[in-house]
Amino acid sequence: MNAPAGYTPYHPRWYRRRVSVWWWLESWPYTRFVLRELTSLAVAYFSVLALWKVSAIAEGPRAYADFLARLQSPFFLVLNILAFLGILFHSITWFNLAPKALVVRVGGKRLPDWVIQAGNYAAWLAFSAGAVWFLGRG
Amino acid sequence: MRKGATPLLWTLFSAGGTVAAFLFPIHLLLTGLAFPLGWMEPPSYEVAHRLLSHPLTRMYFLALISLPLFHWAHRFRYTLYDGLMLKHLTIPIVILTYGSALVGAALAAYLLWFLP
Repeated sequence: MNAPAGYTPYHPRWYRRRVSVWWWLESWPYTRFVLRELTSLAVAYFSVLALWKVSAIAEGPRAYADFLARLQSPFFLVLNILAFLGILFHSITWFNLAPKALVVRVGGKRLPDWVIQAGNYAAWLAFSAGAVWFLGRG
Repeated sequence: MRKGATPLLWTLFSAGGTVAAFLFPIHLLLTGLAFPLGWMEPPSYEVAHRLLSHPLTRMYFLALISLPLFHWAHRFRYTLYDGLMLKHLTIPIVILTYGSALVGAALAAYLLWFLP
């Protein structure tokens, strides 16, 4: 290669196939990857919803009652069902990848992936059940 | 984007993803579906306010709101790069994503600090 020195962002002598913006619809693993990436929108949505709730509680009883009433509208119910599915997908993909990020060695041997995954799911269920119990006892 | 910020941004992404994975499903199920549909009684204003007044609950809510916002910022930045192939718009995208997350986190910190 006797290319001239220096960086060019576009080299006219190279062939580059045009890639459609919809490249990720070509196969299911790509689609699953993009769906997983898009769960971040559901995550951001719930952060904003939690912020709204905190702000309503800070404002007073009327704002809090208004917040609870608004969430009963069909718009928010549909949005919340979609966001819940997105966040569930985020949780499942996150826990399944946990063994890649978290390598635990016991007695010099690496714990198998399923043990770390099972630990994540167990902690998740325990926290969720605890939250329901905590808020349900009034 | 300076290379120096990447480890910090990745740590925030990872911490936020973990917070969202463990805590968001049940919170969204309760606040977004169980309370509005009457499956469970939502806490009264007095109870909600008393709970939120506790310093530990305030720190919990600060982490619950701010860390996942940085998770979103980081992941959505790369979704725009890869999904919509917008790598050439790096600077506006970085400002929009991390900037929004910073604004949200600052607002949460302000509200929780000055909660009446």
